[in-house]
Amino acid sequence: MASMPSIKSREIKIVQEMPISKTLKFWEGLKEGKVYATKCRKCGRLYFPPSADCSECLCSDMDWVELSSEAEIETFTHVVFRPTSFCEYKPYTVAIGKLKEGVRVLAWLTGFKLSQIKIGMKVKLVAKISQEGNPTYEFVPF
Amino acid sequence: MRAVRKVAIIGVGNSKFGVRNDVNIAELAFEAVKPSIEDAGITAKDIEFVALGSTGAGAWYEELLPAVVSAEYCGLTKAGLTRCEAACASGSAAFFTAYAAVASGQAEIAMALGVEKMREIDSPTAMEWIGRAGYYLWEFHNFGLTFPAYYALYANAHMAKYGTTEEDLALVAVKNHKYAAMNPIAHLQNKISVDDVLSSMVIASPLKLFDCCPMTDGSASVIVASEEKVKELKIDTPVWVAGIGYASGTANMSKRKDYVGLEANVLASQMAYKIAKVTPNQIDVAEVHDCFTIAEILAYEDIGLCNKGEGAKLIREGQTEIGGKIPVNVDGGLKAKGHPIGTTGCSMIYEITRQLREEAIEKSRQVPLKNYVALAHNVGGTGHYCYVTILRR
Repeated sequence: MASMPSIKSREIKIVQEMPISKTLKFWEGLKEGKVYATKCRKCGRLYFPPSADCSECLCSDMDWVELSSEAEIETFTHVVFRPTSFCEYKPYTVAIGKLKEGVRVLAWLTGFKLSQIKIGMKVKLVAKISQEGNPTYEFVPF
Repeated sequence: MRAVRKVAIIGVGNSKFGVRNDVNIAELAFEAVKPSIEDAGITAKDIEFVALGSTGAGAWYEELLPAVVSAEYCGLTKAGLTRCEAACASGSAAFFTAYAAVASGQAEIAMALGVEKMREIDSPTAMEWIGRAGYYLWEFHNFGLTFPAYYALYANAHMAKYGTTEEDLALVAVKNHKYAAMNPIAHLQNKISVDDVLSSMVIASPLKLFDCCPMTDGSASVIVASEEKVKELKIDTPVWVAGIGYASGTANMSKRKDYVGLEANVLASQMAYKIAKVTPNQIDVAEVHDCFTIAEILAYEDIGLCNKGEGAKLIREGQTEIGGKIPVNVDGGLKAKGHPIGTTGCSMIYEITRQLREEAIEKSRQVPLKNYVALAHNVGGTGHYCYVTILRR
């Protein structure tokens, strides 16, 4: 990379502790195989990703609702050139699916060959634990 | 409607774009600041406010306060100073800030300075930083979306809905490389063919290496002044800011209403046209945000250079080349001139200012002017931010 004369900066390692107190039920739910959204008690708007506050009416009184699993693929891409923290993974497919409740979910799509994936196809949204042990969710074949 | 002062561009400068491991961030800024001050015929001390566009501070280069180190190095200390962040539209956000300082009457002369160094770190780490620029928690942490992947989501949806092909996308790269080959400050000056694009490695399907802009180091500087200052300084060819429009889009890709256009593009361009009192067919030359080939197609449609779904037709017919209906990115665009993220907005303004003064760096790529109106369209992220700037000579 650097053929020009240069000196190295001091090295630091950055790991942030990301608060999840307000969406804890969502993260706990993933471990139980459930994908939760939130719904505003005042205006009825449904939120995925789950939100503790309503950006529509600014109300903070929200219900937790479990999402149905059927989704229709709206778009996708197969990520070949990966970022540093994903280099240990094989190339992966990311898709956006629309649920019948009207919210969209962005997640990995697994269990298909790339050539089989078509916009408009029906897939299933499931909760799971990632290869690294993190609670997550993905689209899989029905 | 808007009782603001008229503002003109009186000086521009642009460094050589490329892998610039011969200079640090402040030295790179100097390469744009000095020619812009000389172009305006002023001194650094005349500049009352400096807005700097840069996004990688502390991430892909080492300085956390690039505005401060650049100002000190270029003799601008004591001026009002800020750094603007609007991702890849940071340069346009800086230009808007400098414009607003003068339009409001707060300053007589202000500077927008874009400076970025992206090549001091390895490519996967750069991909990591840029991929995090969306909604880290919900779309990067578990799913590792990269910046090409964000636009690839739009490319697949656009191809499925409108029949746009990978060859159409390749034509954008071929055109922009052609003009970059005529631009001595461009990062990639090689001409390429459709086959070169189609046979390059897949980055995020359907986007391949040559559908993507390079990671570039570079700086660009734009000096603006009030009408009174323009007269006092006897500026020969002031280029006036006719209108600036802006808008934003959701952080989460999952919250967009569709994936065939960027709503922020539509809103920002309509605002700019309305303020400038021009229509898209009056634009003589445009710079649009082509970080990926699909982005240029989306821009054609979203800012009204053609109807929705007809972007591919515009490039196929050669309408966006010099001699066509509306020449676009005749400096090589982000795709081949290069995309130093926080610099790009200022570099677009640099190019259209030179075009409107009829002094494009190489005469071969000077666009013939009819209405003396030009447009710069600058997207931040994937339609997370958008700025559209219209200039008139």
